[in-house]
Amino acid sequence: MNEEKVIEILGLTKKFKNLTAVDDLGLTVFKGDVFGFLGPNGAGKSTTIRMMLSLITPSSGTIKVFGKSLQTGRKDILKRVGAIVEKPDFYKNLSAYKNLSILGKLSMGEVSKTKIMEILELVGLEKRYKSKVKTYSHGMKQRLGIAQALLHDPDLIVLDEPTTGLDPQGMKEIRDLLIMLSREKGKTIFLSSHILSEIEIVANRMIILDKGKKVIEGKVNELLNKNKLKVTFEVNDMNTSKNLLDNTAWKDKIYSSLDNKIVFILEPEEIAPLNRYLIEKNVEVSAVIPTRSLEEYFLKITEKSK
Amino acid sequence: MITLIKIELYKIFRKWRTYIGFAAVTFLILLIQFAVSIGEKDAASRLTNQLSDSFLMVGNLLNGYFISYMILNAIIVNIPFLIVLVAGDILAGEATAGTYRILMTRPVSRFQVVLSKFLASLIYSFMLIVWLAVLSLTLGLILFGSGELIVFQKGLIIFAKDDIFWRFILAYLMAALTMCTVASLAFFFSSLVENAIGPIVTAMAIIIVFAILSAIPIDFFQTIKPYLFTNYIFSWNLFFEDTLNYTELLKALGVLIGHIVVLFGITAYIFEKKDILT
Repeated sequence: MNEEKVIEILGLTKKFKNLTAVDDLGLTVFKGDVFGFLGPNGAGKSTTIRMMLSLITPSSGTIKVFGKSLQTGRKDILKRVGAIVEKPDFYKNLSAYKNLSILGKLSMGEVSKTKIMEILELVGLEKRYKSKVKTYSHGMKQRLGIAQALLHDPDLIVLDEPTTGLDPQGMKEIRDLLIMLSREKGKTIFLSSHILSEIEIVANRMIILDKGKKVIEGKVNELLNKNKLKVTFEVNDMNTSKNLLDNTAWKDKIYSSLDNKIVFILEPEEIAPLNRYLIEKNVEVSAVIPTRSLEEYFLKITEKSK
Repeated sequence: MITLIKIELYKIFRKWRTYIGFAAVTFLILLIQFAVSIGEKDAASRLTNQLSDSFLMVGNLLNGYFISYMILNAIIVNIPFLIVLVAGDILAGEATAGTYRILMTRPVSRFQVVLSKFLASLIYSFMLIVWLAVLSLTLGLILFGSGELIVFQKGLIIFAKDDIFWRFILAYLMAALTMCTVASLAFFFSSLVENAIGPIVTAMAIIIVFAILSAIPIDFFQTIKPYLFTNYIFSWNLFFEDTLNYTELLKALGVLIGHIVVLFGITAYIFEKKDILT
């Protein structure tokens, strides 16, 4: 991985009167990263993205993109950035083609019909290019949002919940597109989402944001603890089970035990042997439920924010 | 910058509300000219009867110039309400539609965006007056022919046929400048809010309030009257005086241009500092 910094944020804070939407946030995105920006609704993801794109002014902190300060190099930075911010809104009384033509002119000065049609084809809207955007479904607008973000072939693509409103097939297509852009075209992607599984599929590095504060940052594989899982065994007889485990190495792997549930911290390949051991000792195991600790944590903060 | 202005004009002219002003002006001109045309003899005789006591009247008094003058006098006071429909929407409309997000994430400065939008709204205002001028004069001259122009200012003034056209051109330009001031006011309010209704209604209310204040014969209001732009809505009439009053003309130009510059300056400052939250 090339370690050239594409985005560098330090001490970023945004206050709206009494509300601190983003609180002393710091993060670094490297070239070629697909960076997952994860957090429940209201965590401050969109506010951060708006600050990164100079739509709103930070209360304090610095943002550097491509090594340039956003304050002084805004225009140069935005030439190399394509973005979707929240829901995709366009000039509704204009066609998809005309919208892209206008936005292309603003980004590049001029944009050819071939280029626009290529992008529309990439997102599957080439047959509706003449239709006014007001006739588009939410999913189609979302695709058009991706098209306008890619139109000027940017080095950095900032996407704020780009799969919202898409059907499962559409979500998969967008994820595949992001993976292709990252792997084949070397684009750096900053992907905001409130869906952990989405980040897990696409991103290599991630950050979790909650109430405007960074909770955790790192490589997705490491953070999701791929090698160790929290596994819940539901058993018929807790006392017998515990007695049986007391004399074994499994005892040290017990995380908690309550009611008929014993939670272990296990490597994936340890699940089957433990299950076999309990069954051989005549313990009835009614369920084995693996949970990753980060997933559990994320679900917890997501629940809290509802 | 030219590209930005072209884009803004394209966006303006793809909205149906833009054509309300043109439609209203067209309708009024056609209606007035049609009404005068069918009652021409009566109108002409009434006009000449009023004057025949003092003057010997020859030639065509109810001509295209007179009709155009009458139309400008009659409808200029209502055109601001058509201007604000577009100028009040130009910034707030982007906020309402949520399109600031795709517009302001492009590599153009905020000042360029606000300036192009401002110039586009001035161009629209100018075009509306040009349309009024062209339609009014062309149709008037075709239907009623040419002739001397009689106007009632501080007294009765009759302009020779070859001394009229340039006065109309300058009068329409002055009217356009007044409408640009109205557009600047609506544009300013448009920068403050995220819904186009607010700026349109507020700008209309300001125009009405200023016009009322200008008309109240109380010393205080008469003192502030010269500084209210509504006081200059009829300044185009200065070009239909026997001798041009340059002091009054410069004063009108100063106040109107001053309003435009100050209103745009404040708007640009607000826009530069604005958090795009829609």
